[in-house]
Amino acid sequence: MNAQDLTLFGSIWAHWLSWTILIPVLGALAIAIVPKDRHTLMKGIALVVSLIVFVMGIAIWFSFDPDTAAFQMTESMRWIPGIGASYLVGIDGMSMILVVLTAFLTPIALLGTWTSVTEKMKGYTASILMLEAGMIGVFVARDLFLFYIFWEAMLIPMYLLIGVWGGPRRIYAAVKFILYTLVGSFLMLIAILALYFLHGKLTGVYTFDLAAFEQIAIPFGAQTWLFLAFTFAFCIKVPLWPFHTWLPDAHVEAPTFGSVILAGVLLKMGTYGLLRFSLPLFPVAATLAVPYLATLSIIGITYGGLVAWVQKDIKSLVAYSSVAHLGFVVLGIFTFRAEGLSGSMLQMVNHGLSTGALFILVGYIYQRRHTRQIDDFGGLAKVMPIYAAILLVVAFSSAGLPGLNGFVGEFLILIAAFQVSPWMAIPAIPGIIIAALYLLRLLRGVIWGPLDKEENKVLKDLNLREILTMVPLLVLIVMIGIFPKPFLRPLEPVAAKIEKRMNSVRQPVRYVIETPSPGDPESRDTVPADETAAPEATPAESDEPNSAEMVT
Amino acid sequence: MTTALKLVLLFPLIGVVFGLTFGRRLPEKVVGWISSLCVGAAFVSAVIAVSGFLGLEHGEAGVSVVLFEWIATGPVHIDAALWLDQLSSVMILVVTGVGFLIHVYSIGYMHGDWGFGRFFTWMNLFTFAMLLLVLGDSLAMLFIGWEGVGLCSYLLIGFWFEKDSAADAGRKAFVVNRIGDAAFISGMLALFALFGTLNIQEIIHLSPEVFAVGGSAVTIITLLLFVGATGKSAQIPLHIWLPDAMEGPTPVSALIHAATMVTAGVYLVARMGSIFIMAPTTLAVVALVGALTAIVAGLIGIAQHDIKKVLAYSTVSQLGFMFLALGAGAFAVGIFHLMTHAFFKGLLFLGAGSVIHAMSDKQDMREMGGLRKKLPITHATMVIAGLALAGIPFFSGFFSKDEILYEAWAGPNGHPLFWVLGAIAAVLTGIYIFRLLYLTFWSKSRVPDDIHPHESPKVMTVPLMILAVLAAVGGFIGLPKVLGGGAWIQDFIGTATGAAAHGAEAVGELGAEAAHGGGGLQVILMVVSVLLALTGFWIARRWYGREEPYPEVPEQAVPGLWKAMRQKFYFDEFYFLIIGKPLLKLSEWLYRFFDVKIIDGTVNGAGQVTNTLARWIAGLQVGHVGIYALALAGGAAIRTETGKGLSNG
Repeated sequence: MNAQDLTLFGSIWAHWLSWTILIPVLGALAIAIVPKDRHTLMKGIALVVSLIVFVMGIAIWFSFDPDTAAFQMTESMRWIPGIGASYLVGIDGMSMILVVLTAFLTPIALLGTWTSVTEKMKGYTASILMLEAGMIGVFVARDLFLFYIFWEAMLIPMYLLIGVWGGPRRIYAAVKFILYTLVGSFLMLIAILALYFLHGKLTGVYTFDLAAFEQIAIPFGAQTWLFLAFTFAFCIKVPLWPFHTWLPDAHVEAPTFGSVILAGVLLKMGTYGLLRFSLPLFPVAATLAVPYLATLSIIGITYGGLVAWVQKDIKSLVAYSSVAHLGFVVLGIFTFRAEGLSGSMLQMVNHGLSTGALFILVGYIYQRRHTRQIDDFGGLAKVMPIYAAILLVVAFSSAGLPGLNGFVGEFLILIAAFQVSPWMAIPAIPGIIIAALYLLRLLRGVIWGPLDKEENKVLKDLNLREILTMVPLLVLIVMIGIFPKPFLRPLEPVAAKIEKRMNSVRQPVRYVIETPSPGDPESRDTVPADETAAPEATPAESDEPNSAEMVT
Repeated sequence: MTTALKLVLLFPLIGVVFGLTFGRRLPEKVVGWISSLCVGAAFVSAVIAVSGFLGLEHGEAGVSVVLFEWIATGPVHIDAALWLDQLSSVMILVVTGVGFLIHVYSIGYMHGDWGFGRFFTWMNLFTFAMLLLVLGDSLAMLFIGWEGVGLCSYLLIGFWFEKDSAADAGRKAFVVNRIGDAAFISGMLALFALFGTLNIQEIIHLSPEVFAVGGSAVTIITLLLFVGATGKSAQIPLHIWLPDAMEGPTPVSALIHAATMVTAGVYLVARMGSIFIMAPTTLAVVALVGALTAIVAGLIGIAQHDIKKVLAYSTVSQLGFMFLALGAGAFAVGIFHLMTHAFFKGLLFLGAGSVIHAMSDKQDMREMGGLRKKLPITHATMVIAGLALAGIPFFSGFFSKDEILYEAWAGPNGHPLFWVLGAIAAVLTGIYIFRLLYLTFWSKSRVPDDIHPHESPKVMTVPLMILAVLAAVGGFIGLPKVLGGGAWIQDFIGTATGAAAHGAEAVGELGAEAAHGGGGLQVILMVVSVLLALTGFWIARRWYGREEPYPEVPEQAVPGLWKAMRQKFYFDEFYFLIIGKPLLKLSEWLYRFFDVKIIDGTVNGAGQVTNTLARWIAGLQVGHVGIYALALAGGAAIRTETGKGLSNG
């Protein structure tokens, strides 16, 4: 970045990403010294701080160069020289869009749940800010040690949010959440250490730098085990079927803010991890894993949808729908095709927007009626027309209606999957019908039908704060649907880079029904390689085919 | 011209934005008229655009207007672009023209409804989506419109959402349509994989190189697209949603579920005609499904008492006729019938709406009768529409239906069997529509004493009269050559659907033969089809022409068959039994047993084992095992492992 040294702004700008992590932490510290009963002040601090971070995120968006896959806004500092861990942060298009998503959703979720929590405000607001710092840290870390620290650190505030401010079964849900994640991250830690020692053995340099790991050719046997450990951790986080059962419990018990962030950002860490680590570091193992992960994704799409369909609690309906939606994301990732990868990355954002919005909307009626059972509602369109209209748009966004955001991602994923093999795409398609089943059931039960419950007849429509919270979400939902280009553009170089990396180690497997066509994937070899990808890829390319041969 | 084309889309969109902002604040009349005028302005723009297109010197196949780049990533490039050719010209004129009349009619019909503004907003949104559907230059654009009209259909069927039946019907329509959509998407994915594009003209252009005529790829893809079409156009086996869709306000039934949206499937097949022609198997399936649907829906329609249900099944049946034409390879004729059907069926629905309005919302024809004198304009216009539907010379429907029957026999892909099936359906058409006219207008009054029918206001009757003129004479633009006409509309649309089929020259020859030769056969079949319509009339007259309380002639003659017809041949029950119920059971089982017992049981069980183990270990040891100690041990273990792995590799 063109840091204008000497000026104050220049020096801040040089560490812009660090500041986006640090400011929420400072905010949390500020909240810690606020007197215990000043609830509004604490919420105010949290909101202002998250808004500052959001503005910083906007600055990142606009200063970001979307035409390269190289990491930008990088910062590098020696941290623990003894073990070779350094403070390395930086963003590529995928990190950038997820950082902005985090910075965007945090104030929205806070505003949307402004009055939903009334006790232990200090811990609540501090946890929110610490959570934000942790999430941003995960997305910007380029050193595996640092990444792991953020990954674990972020668990604690989420654990607290569920366990302290959650529903009646909050302890069970919180423990389940943390145990599931810990099992995965424990394996990941071992894998990170193994990778560390492996790299040290091979090169004599002991480091946790991600870029360094990408340059070594990891022997096939080790690659398999390391891939499994990383991927297992990420699949729990996604969650991929059958590792999903922590999710409905966590969602149902978490306070609305927790649900929004859990669905909106936390789940993306799993898919982010797959794209950032599992694929580029272990391409041979990842290639071999395609049939298995594709199968699990497709099961997740169908299973998640069907189970969502029979839920009585709105929150668990939305939770299971996340299993289905994230199944699409994982499916897209394992196509290893540029359009599927960018579709998946876009779908992470889409899911964050629409599912985040759904949870906020559930929170609105929960606050009014203190129930989330679908059967307790009905006919709300009569008394809450604005609410009904917004829920309608969001539900159809989630159902993948063309013209709204969800369709773009799903469509790209399916296009990519079909080109890998019709068998990868066609089984996923019933999921589209099932999505209509459960979302229309939600609408039918909540906003349509007779307004026959006395308690519902006096419900007030959304107030100004509640409407204003939803407006930015709705704008993005419509905008990504109609004009997705600005959102796809920064993702493209990342997708192309991963595709290239994956292509370098595998025999192209193509299923062509008849004659080759103009859309032939092989004709796209001229994707311009960016500056960083090329030197990295060269040693890997020459080595890894050999390791692939060991398999065959 | 390109500006005019953009305006065609823009005006309804302005109406939507206007409705969203002012729909609830301004008086009814203002909202209704502004919204209607938006569609009217779109119609004017459409006329300008189409005449501009016709005036082109070089005779281009069509005009492409790129609005912006929609998706561009990796190999996927999809423009938001419009394509105006003969086919889309006819469609936009029908959609905006008939749409405008129905909007105006709705100002009177929806008077006093609390959702007045919402109604017009959604109607405008529908018009926009429908125009996008017929103007989209790629399957992706078409699909956006396709789903958009589906959404509006869902919203408008469930317009009176406080009624459980309305809310359920809307949902049923959307879900059944989604089944078709899933097939449509699959077809699109396959096309993209083979062609690397979704642009329709490019696909058609490349198809001779990619597809082998009659090959499995083209057959599978066209079948998938056709399944999509059966969803939207309510053909067997996905027809079950349309009759329920009558829960919506009657203008909705007229616009969406008769004149425009339900014909989208017909449009899709005609649009992709050059591809379908390469798959004779698919065409045979299309023709058979169409013919069977025409017969089955005709039979059900005869046995319904609800005036709108009769018209709904009539629509299903007439759409079947259109698919019969498409399946016979006569795409232009299918579209010709689509157009005349839009006139007379739109009119029939609006007339039915006028009757329902007069009857204080009663829809049961057994309580009507003798309305001829009370509702003279409605009566006169509906009779014209009825005659057109039945195919009485020289009303509009006569020309198009007659052509369909002829093409079913002698078309490029025709077969005498198709003609026989079509002929049966034509008799049924005559029966149900004259039954409707007898029961509503011509028989003695069975109207309850507390209802005093009255003619509808001008804002409703004027659109009826305009449509009546179209329903009466609209067929003359397709006057067959044997009657001295120019078959102008067939040639016109044929340019878009047939001429592009360079992959199958045979079609051109057969088409030429159909147009010029075989005149004798055409005259014979024409006479026969008139006799068929009159047969239907004669049967309806024998059954319902008597001056009695509701006559039950067929009920007594064939009680078993009649009951099955009344119960719609039990399609709904059957689907619930073999799909709905098992799926629900499966989902419940997955949730209650698999998710909770198996997966969670395993997790909790593992937790318990660990817990017990930990307590046991804790009893032995003094401290606890720290996670990082474990991690170190594990790390060391892996280190040696990988070290070995390395030396081996």
